[in-house]
Amino acid sequence: MNLEDLQRTMGAAVMQPLTVDEEMQPRDITGRWNGRAMAEVAGEFIAPNSRLTSFERLEIYNRQYWFRLQTAFSEDFPALKAVVGAERFESLMNAYLAAHPSRSFTLRNLGSKLLVWLTQNSQYAGRRQALALDVVRVEWACIEAFDNAERAPLGAEEVATVGADSQLALQPYVQLLALQYPADDLVLDMHQHQKRESSEAGTRPESMEEEPYQPLRLRKRATWLAIHRSDLSLYYRRLSRSEYLTLCALRDGQTLPVALEAGFAGSRLAIGMKLNLVRQWFTNWAELGWICRQR
Amino acid sequence: MAGNRFNAFQDHGVGIGLRIPHYEHIFAHQPAVDWFEIISENYMVDGGRPLHMLDRIMERYRVVQHGVSMYFGSAQAPDREHMRRLKTLVQRTKTPWLSDHLCWGSIDGTYSHDLLPLPYTWEAVEKTAARIREVQDFLEIPVAVENVSSYAEFVASEMTEWEFLNEVVDRADCGILLDVNNIYVSSVNHDFAPMDYVNAIPAERVAQIHVAGHTRYEKYILDTHDHPVIDPVWQLYARAIERCGPTPTLLEWDDRIPSFEEVWAEARKAEKYLAPVEPIAEEKQLAGAAR
Repeated sequence: MNLEDLQRTMGAAVMQPLTVDEEMQPRDITGRWNGRAMAEVAGEFIAPNSRLTSFERLEIYNRQYWFRLQTAFSEDFPALKAVVGAERFESLMNAYLAAHPSRSFTLRNLGSKLLVWLTQNSQYAGRRQALALDVVRVEWACIEAFDNAERAPLGAEEVATVGADSQLALQPYVQLLALQYPADDLVLDMHQHQKRESSEAGTRPESMEEEPYQPLRLRKRATWLAIHRSDLSLYYRRLSRSEYLTLCALRDGQTLPVALEAGFAGSRLAIGMKLNLVRQWFTNWAELGWICRQR
Repeated sequence: MAGNRFNAFQDHGVGIGLRIPHYEHIFAHQPAVDWFEIISENYMVDGGRPLHMLDRIMERYRVVQHGVSMYFGSAQAPDREHMRRLKTLVQRTKTPWLSDHLCWGSIDGTYSHDLLPLPYTWEAVEKTAARIREVQDFLEIPVAVENVSSYAEFVASEMTEWEFLNEVVDRADCGILLDVNNIYVSSVNHDFAPMDYVNAIPAERVAQIHVAGHTRYEKYILDTHDHPVIDPVWQLYARAIERCGPTPTLLEWDDRIPSFEEVWAEARKAEKYLAPVEPIAEEKQLAGAAR
């Protein structure tokens, strides 16, 4: 076996899902080795020693692989876990990671395909699929908002001179979401719960376990949201539908007139009201540093 | 601290890995740490807090980059996006040298995020050395490769791990980041004498040394970086210093991270071994030749 084939073989074995007891599968379940015993497969390329069989040595890597990915995924989507419940989350996570193993040098991007995957595999979200999807939107947007690029923002004076020909863009770290539920309330509430738990950890007897977070019960309510950062911290800012649509159009490279048309499509507001709103928006956006020039 | 061409003739002493739980202490107390090692991938982002914190650290401290996903031993071509981002970070940090592991970890575009062991074959020697040369040429700074802890050996291996390491670094003409804890862990897992390893490495190529703690299980040791350094590892370190002369040294503590003071106190145990000593005569001559 040449080096590339050996690595392909070991990679497939290491990434094969674990059993429910978090052990290496006794037989191949991927079809790669026609269902053969993994002890036999491992013995073909891994040498045993006096204490461990080839199977056991390979199993160390198999388990490490899954534990590392599960840890990273769980850290990125704690609110999703609260919404679907720990048991369902475990199945969801393992199925997602089997379908979408990491294709990036960094684990930061591990959840990048979760929204699309969960939309297509709704059985993993349970009865509250729409809420679960909204929570995924919020949690993934937080990852993007945390370390996406920041370009030189337009200052208040520059924003004041913006005209129809201005080539405007949205800061890459500003994430815009249209949600069916006010899922930001749930995520914020969970963070507050975690903060309380960690501040109480020192005063709680060790025998007392951490109280699991019970998610807020939310009613459906169309919500438009921007997740952004200021002074390196993340913030949520609720938007009106018009503001959201205008910002989306600017983000997508539309000119200001086209963006405003998109924002006010179907609106019955008087022109004066619209102008006032737009002025207000631009003042806020300039203060927040959200608007920059197109590249 | 005597430098060599594999660490850009720098005089770095004892450092520790820069970890987020310690930021607050570092900014508040500005401890006299000689240098910090950063995990490159944590800062290969486009903006936000990670880069801001790094810039603040660099205002006061020297940093050296250490990577975990270059996978010098992967049989396929390196990820160009990874290389581009790495070079951008190198230009930002001005790291005098850069290290990553003698391992593989990705295949057909899928990443294991683990430091998977290599078979010690001549094919792996050639391919790994070629990749190290490619990375070194692209980044335009010295590269040091780190020996990894491993839990498995390959049926296909044709030489010992240290013979493999020596062949690779010779053909790549690169430095070594000698991890004496990894040598210890692998020596227990694979039943070899760790001092044989330390005695076999080309001392003139050692750019940096890592020390760390690990976890012992019934049948093997796992390289967990969550404990103090044990005495047998300090003994390997002492021998490495005896052979290489004072060398930039870094304590890794990555899990169940204790207070900054505890980590720093553990790292400073290295200082007692680092009092200037001359490398032994035969190796001094070799070191001169290498420069």
